[in-house]
Amino acid sequence: MAEVLVYVDHVDGAVRKPTLELLTLARRIGEPVAVALGAGAENTAAALAEHGAVKVLTHDASEYADYLVVPKVDALQAAVESVSPAAVLVPSSAEGKEIAARLALRIGSGVITDATDLEAGAEGPVATQSVFAASFTTKSRVSKGTPVITVKPNSAAVEAAPAAGAVEALAVTFSAQATGTKVTGRTPRESTGRPELTEAAIVVSGGRGVNGAENFALIEALADSLGAAVGASRAAVDAGWYPHTNQVGQTGKSVSPQLYIANGISGAIQHRAGMQTSKTIVAVNKDAEAPIFDLVDYGVVGDLFDVVPQLTEEINTRKG
Amino acid sequence: MSLRIVVTVKYVPDATGDRHFADDLTVDRDDVDGLLSELDEYAVEQALQISENSDDDVEITVLTVGPEDAKDALRKALSMGADKAIHVEDDDLHGTDVIGTSLVLAKAIEKAGYDLVISGLASTDGTMGVVPALLAERLGVPQVTLLSEVSVENGTVKGRRDGDAASENLEASLPAVVSVTDQSGEARYPSFKGIMAAKKKPVESWDLSDLDLEAGEVGLEGAWTKVDSATERPARTAGTIVKDEGEGGKQLAEFLAGQKFI
Repeated sequence: MAEVLVYVDHVDGAVRKPTLELLTLARRIGEPVAVALGAGAENTAAALAEHGAVKVLTHDASEYADYLVVPKVDALQAAVESVSPAAVLVPSSAEGKEIAARLALRIGSGVITDATDLEAGAEGPVATQSVFAASFTTKSRVSKGTPVITVKPNSAAVEAAPAAGAVEALAVTFSAQATGTKVTGRTPRESTGRPELTEAAIVVSGGRGVNGAENFALIEALADSLGAAVGASRAAVDAGWYPHTNQVGQTGKSVSPQLYIANGISGAIQHRAGMQTSKTIVAVNKDAEAPIFDLVDYGVVGDLFDVVPQLTEEINTRKG
Repeated sequence: MSLRIVVTVKYVPDATGDRHFADDLTVDRDDVDGLLSELDEYAVEQALQISENSDDDVEITVLTVGPEDAKDALRKALSMGADKAIHVEDDDLHGTDVIGTSLVLAKAIEKAGYDLVISGLASTDGTMGVVPALLAERLGVPQVTLLSEVSVENGTVKGRRDGDAASENLEASLPAVVSVTDQSGEARYPSFKGIMAAKKKPVESWDLSDLDLEAGEVGLEGAWTKVDSATERPARTAGTIVKDEGEGGKQLAEFLAGQKFI
């Protein structure tokens, strides 16, 4: 059976959820071979094996942390040359997309980004994408070379599928470009204790109607009652009420959770582009004419300052 | 010292319009108004700021690859303050994918001459966000991408990249390819004077032969990816809307419990 390379996104050996989802998709196409780079790479093996990786290729070097993107492209290219895979799958983070694109160009292959599903096809893997602010669904494939495809978080279920997961050292020679862009400082984001926005099963967002940074405490309380991530519309972020890292929409994150709760968000195209593929959509808004209500499974026309605290209290009561 | 900046911009269908696919599954550009991709305005703005903060002699060239109407995008960037423009236009470019687009842009950038390339974070139609990385790969220069802050001094570009896990400070020697996010600073509106001045600024037109490219290297036939189908997403079935009469929160909780979210 053909091997499929899966680029592993991990933090010091802790594998992030989108990578485990990639293993589920990779198994539809062939045998997953994982590539883990940087500090803690070998510690990823147990989790990857449990989810179907037959092999885990690892390499650690200071270049991965000290220089931007290119060292990882060099390593993934070395893995492609050693394995000759049927496809290369990469998580659709900002960095993941850059790695995938440069790799594709180097190995003479087409690249598809932000797939939301992947199936085996007669002419190679078929990627589903959601385009034009999720108003269209396309099916595409790479028609030249080894398909390189990035896949968005929440595109597949994480499935246990125990495999050998044998760790093998990957031999990597860095290119002349590897040290071109130096990382001179790194400030880790402070943990909020909440799930990562793009990976969360539930997202609770606030917009213009939240009307102030201090009022985001209401949104956070609702999120915490559901174990959800917190999102914000561009209006709320531009007003300085919530950090840009939490922005949902065209210029922020694109999310596709099981449940999306929009509070005080009108639902402009900019925002819809980032959340329209959510499975269940719920909104609270004062304006009955707000376009967000065209998308919802359930909507409450009302003041979020009344509805949201009542909802939070009711959830906490029901949870006992 | 002189500093030559090339800003890559894209002419896109208006995101607030009714965007569709044409019969050959390329983006339908005929039935929707086009404009300069909003995210590219930030790239033009940062080029202008770098120029304003520099003692060097800075020349800003805006570059686009696109159909005849794409001149509108160039004109907008010129009215914001860019010095000159290059329009790569050729019927054989129709249907070019991202790999092909990066080839055409890289050839044009090399022909124009550059010390710094600045792009937006993504186009608002394709939204891939990988052209800057591809340009760096093709040009063989550092990529300093997705910056929310950028500065250029003494042949070095510095910037801050706000990622999911960390905020990184980056540094590279020129020549380099930079991309900036919408957090890099609000883009200026063209002034009346700027709009008038833009009418007199030079816009060069190049075709594939000017870039020593063959038709087969680009276009739909030369693409390394293929779109097999594009289906309009069915409208979401109308949901239940209730008016809050004092129990809205509890009603919503009841709905969520029914869907097993609580």
